[in-house]
Amino acid sequence: MTNTTVAQTLSLQRRNEQRRTWILLALFCVLVASFVMDIATGPSMLGVEEVVNVLLRLVGVPVGVQPTSEVIVISLRLPIALMALIVGGVLGVGGAEMQTLLNNPMASPYTLGMAAAAGFGAALMLYAGSFGLSAQLAVPVGAFVCCMLSAGLLFGLAMMRHITSGQLILAGIALLFLFQSLLSLVQFVSSPELSQQILFWLFGSLTKATWTNVGITASVTLVCMTLLMRDAWKLTALRLGESRAKSLGVNVARLRLRILVIVALMTATVTSFVGIIGFIGIVAPNIARMLVGEDQRYFLPLSFLVGAFLLSSASVLSKSIVPGALFPIGIVTAIIGVPFFFWMIIGKRSH
Amino acid sequence: MLEIRDLSLAFDDLLLADRLSFQLQAGKTHVIIGPNGTGKSSLLKVLFGDIRPQSGEVLFDGERLDYRQTGHWRQRFGYMPQDIRLDIGLTVLEVVLLGQLDALSLKLRDPLIESALRALDRIGLLHLAHRDVRTLSGGQCQMILFAQALMRNPRILMLDEPVSALDLHFQQVLLDHLDQQTHRQNWVSVMVLHDLNLAAQYADNLLVLKGGRLIAQGAPAAILSPELVHEVYGVSAEVAYDQQGVPFVRTPRRSRSGQSVAVPETQARSALAG
Repeated sequence: MTNTTVAQTLSLQRRNEQRRTWILLALFCVLVASFVMDIATGPSMLGVEEVVNVLLRLVGVPVGVQPTSEVIVISLRLPIALMALIVGGVLGVGGAEMQTLLNNPMASPYTLGMAAAAGFGAALMLYAGSFGLSAQLAVPVGAFVCCMLSAGLLFGLAMMRHITSGQLILAGIALLFLFQSLLSLVQFVSSPELSQQILFWLFGSLTKATWTNVGITASVTLVCMTLLMRDAWKLTALRLGESRAKSLGVNVARLRLRILVIVALMTATVTSFVGIIGFIGIVAPNIARMLVGEDQRYFLPLSFLVGAFLLSSASVLSKSIVPGALFPIGIVTAIIGVPFFFWMIIGKRSH
Repeated sequence: MLEIRDLSLAFDDLLLADRLSFQLQAGKTHVIIGPNGTGKSSLLKVLFGDIRPQSGEVLFDGERLDYRQTGHWRQRFGYMPQDIRLDIGLTVLEVVLLGQLDALSLKLRDPLIESALRALDRIGLLHLAHRDVRTLSGGQCQMILFAQALMRNPRILMLDEPVSALDLHFQQVLLDHLDQQTHRQNWVSVMVLHDLNLAAQYADNLLVLKGGRLIAQGAPAAILSPELVHEVYGVSAEVAYDQQGVPFVRTPRRSRSGQSVAVPETQARSALAG
């Protein structure tokens, strides 16, 4: 009797796991669609079929394509579209893990001041000159260094005993204000042209993407994601609360530090190449959580997929609101994302 | 055998353990009682290696707890902290599975899930396996966390107020299960309780703590007395014995003028006997 019920419950669990795998697959398909749309959209519109053909040719399938569309796709559109996926995914995962770590759905690298620090670093480089580096390299490096610096301040606090996650969030918000003020200061003392340049960097734009940038961010992301997935169950355990995670054998202090380093590294890398893109870090994990719950085996990859999808579709929109004009993507994400997010929260209530 | 030697622990000027020493034998249930804020939970954390005492040492079967290397030490423990809130989007089964954290991988094997389901089945909660834990009552959460602690295959089981939210039925399920398994699996079971009657019924060894000192220790029938209760809690109480000789304690309601309306203890005993 008992054995059959155990067996039944087990098969129910397997079905539950399958359902979540299907959700991941479904999102992946939607993502591929928006990726293709992203490549097709631009000053000269390409047909979806043409884009698919170029991509197929790229992976070795012998299909005929027009040389001009091949050039447009490979050297212009593809790096940007790929960058959208990677950046969106990283922001989604960064938010997901910050929320896990701090036990708070409002946490993200953005709200903890990491993005503001990157912005300050970039602005400082634009203002003070490049310290002998080429300007193209100096700005990302400055952003990266400052972002890691603010994360370092957070690590320092996190390492202290008896500091609660609530206090850590407050400290992060304080850092956000600090770096925003410093950024304003740099803008205040800059010439109008320079200030304009800084502002443009801050908007966040994928047009800075090149194949080299894509290569760097993709490798960093791949390594970080692998490391995060290895800690998937420990991260799930951490969400039960610190004392309970400890009781299950998790070395909480070490885990917290490791995850902070990984998230900071990912965030700093993408932010230094594309500028500040807010909102996705908060919203993507919350959508993922509504869809598959908080088993990190599903939650973590789904946060990536949702983030990637959000940024990719925002990229399509930023190119098609006014044909021919390109809106900075950092502006578009929140404007289209917030109503959608509200709809999801309210929709969940009525269940 | 879990052993504490000469342990001293203080937070600021609050003394929680004053050169405390005791031994907890395997195969027995040890119940710690004492007034609020006397350091019972902290003592469990010391045993677990989560709080480092000012002095003294903790040993298990002769092996000393090393505070720089607590990983191996903690593997032996099933530890259920006091807090029973579960605010996470997981199913009951997933929460129980986390008890086997070290064995979990991206693809879960059937035997592992089955053992979690059997743990739930043994405490009569298999039907909850797929429920979101946020929809459970406090008592249900407590039972789930008990199942999680059992999943760890512990040699030492520490439960901090494990029945605080349970109804009579589940109190009995949990404590009976603990009682049987402690003897069968030769666990060192340590439990903090506030209910002296439950303590008297389930403790093989009762430890009475107050002001950082062990005031009394031994079989409940041997040590529970009105004098002890008064010394520890400052309350005058009746202690009587049921037919198995297990003591039970009752605190009489005070009269509205503030005086105790208790009958003298001797009368209470004879009333029960008759």
